[in-house]
Amino acid sequence: MNNTQNNPDQAIEIAQEIETAGDFHIDGGQLSYRQLIWRRFRKNRMGVIAGALLLLFYVLAIGADFFAPYHYNEINMRLRHVPPQRLHFSVSDGFYVHGLKSVRNPESLELEFTKDMEQRHPVEFFFKDADGRRHLFSSTGPMFLLGTDRMGRDLLSRIMYGARVSMTLGLVGVLLSIVLGSILGTVSGYWGGWVDNLIQRIIEILSAFPDIPLWMALGAALPPGWSSIQIYFGITIILSIIRWGGLARQVRGKVLAYRESDFVMAARAAGAGHWHIITKHLLPGCYSHIIVIATLAIPGMILGETALSFLGLGIRPPMTSWGVLLEEAQRVTVLLHYPWLIFPAVPVLVVVIAFNFLGDALRDAADPYSD
Amino acid sequence: MWKRYLIWISGFVRGNFGESFEYKREVDELIWDRIAFTLIISVGSLIFTYVVAIPLGIYSATHQYKWSDHFLTFLSFVGMSIPAFLLALSLMVFAFDLFGVPLFGLFSAYYEGAPWTWGKLGDLFKHLWIPVIVVGINGTASLMRIMRGNLLDVLGQPFVQTARAKGLKEIVVVGKHAVRIAINPLISILGMSLPGILSGSAIVSIVLGLPTVGPILLRSLLNEDIYLAGTLIMMLSLLLVIGNLLADIALAWVDPRIRYE
Repeated sequence: MNNTQNNPDQAIEIAQEIETAGDFHIDGGQLSYRQLIWRRFRKNRMGVIAGALLLLFYVLAIGADFFAPYHYNEINMRLRHVPPQRLHFSVSDGFYVHGLKSVRNPESLELEFTKDMEQRHPVEFFFKDADGRRHLFSSTGPMFLLGTDRMGRDLLSRIMYGARVSMTLGLVGVLLSIVLGSILGTVSGYWGGWVDNLIQRIIEILSAFPDIPLWMALGAALPPGWSSIQIYFGITIILSIIRWGGLARQVRGKVLAYRESDFVMAARAAGAGHWHIITKHLLPGCYSHIIVIATLAIPGMILGETALSFLGLGIRPPMTSWGVLLEEAQRVTVLLHYPWLIFPAVPVLVVVIAFNFLGDALRDAADPYSD
Repeated sequence: MWKRYLIWISGFVRGNFGESFEYKREVDELIWDRIAFTLIISVGSLIFTYVVAIPLGIYSATHQYKWSDHFLTFLSFVGMSIPAFLLALSLMVFAFDLFGVPLFGLFSAYYEGAPWTWGKLGDLFKHLWIPVIVVGINGTASLMRIMRGNLLDVLGQPFVQTARAKGLKEIVVVGKHAVRIAINPLISILGMSLPGILSGSAIVSIVLGLPTVGPILLRSLLNEDIYLAGTLIMMLSLLLVIGNLLADIALAWVDPRIRYE
């Protein structure tokens, strides 16, 4: 590239290229590693969108008490299986939904709901419910934007509350496998020998298991008397027990590479202890890899929880998660009558795809010295 | 507890799997057909995965950064992200909407329990394609990505340039020189993709009501039918070990550089 710079046209072209690419090779020396990663990550449009989307989902999940129009267990037996209501807008009323008329189906004897065009229930923002809690939006009349389930509970609210369990379970699980994976990976790579051999064989055995049948077995082994919180952590541990292997492998590889490098040799020659070398010299080199692998492992955990709860072996009601919601949509006959019950699948898909894109973008960004 | 396990495992090795509490029958009477169907579906999806993923991966790599590549990339991300049971569920609803037949089980009601005939076999294949595709989708998506990446790596190597410089047609360069090398790592992935396929077939079978290991495993777990559950999990693991062994042998057979000594 250097000799082409003598040619003014090409030089301009290259300069433009550098400009449009927001190149950082020029001032690369003055930026920290973290800044380099951030710069590179920002350029990946899909990655940034995915990250922003996930942030939004987490905010919605954590603030579900405020953002959801109803409480997730607000049962309304007279409004079972209400189809999703359309949101309308008019200048005089603002946003509103029509009221509901119930008609008994002469064949199935089920209550069916239709729009009552006469009635209008305006959507109120910063609504104060009977218990004095504030909601971002709700209505005095029934307002179910995504319909209700078999107990008349608002699906939209349940999805928001379900996100709490489904989305944090992945995070906690990944955190656990990071702890397990980095400790065992470091030990394995740093000391080598029979310890390394033992840990690697364990990882191989774990990775050879078909995960869903094994999760099913472990999920079924959780005592039925456990509380929701205990079940939650039980499932998390089950999911991370099988998934730490990949991370440990990667960390081991990195540690093996760094162990013989000059700076570690220097530290050792200066009389640094094992603990100091590992925590100050080896692990920091693995951080970016650990973050990338962790991000890519979260969707697997979310899908695992969803699958387990879908089968009735994971999170148990009254706690709610996306898998629990999908369990109700398990039968084709139910789905044909009440197709909106499949809607919890949408956030599952969006979140999993977003995590994949984010992980991919992070992986590309984590190696700022490449290309 | 561990004593009972020891007694059971020592029986297991000798082919005595114990008795199912729920069905009041010997476990080994219950499982063999189911294992056979599991194998059929798994092998079928494996074939589907490779047959679909490799051409798509090649296409994607040779059309890098064109809109068709972007489209396939997006599809593969969706394919990797969609849980198998969800796909099974939605396919079933669609099929019911379109054809009005419930796609449940592996046989039509007419052939259920009938002795094996050609008609029954044909009926089996008519039902088989849905689970095979559903189970295979996740693997297909990731395999396609890997094939694309491998081929792109190979296409950047000097010998490909040499082949092009010799004036060979692009189709010969890609088909004869590049693809051959890019395909090799996929065979070593074969062993790693087996757990995913077995897991997938278990959960898809539960949704679609197929007579494989999945539904009976779920039932036995929910009813704490431990000998049945234990045998099934043990069998699945055994299948995997055998599958891995076969994949390793295939790898050694395909790639002369690999020797086990």
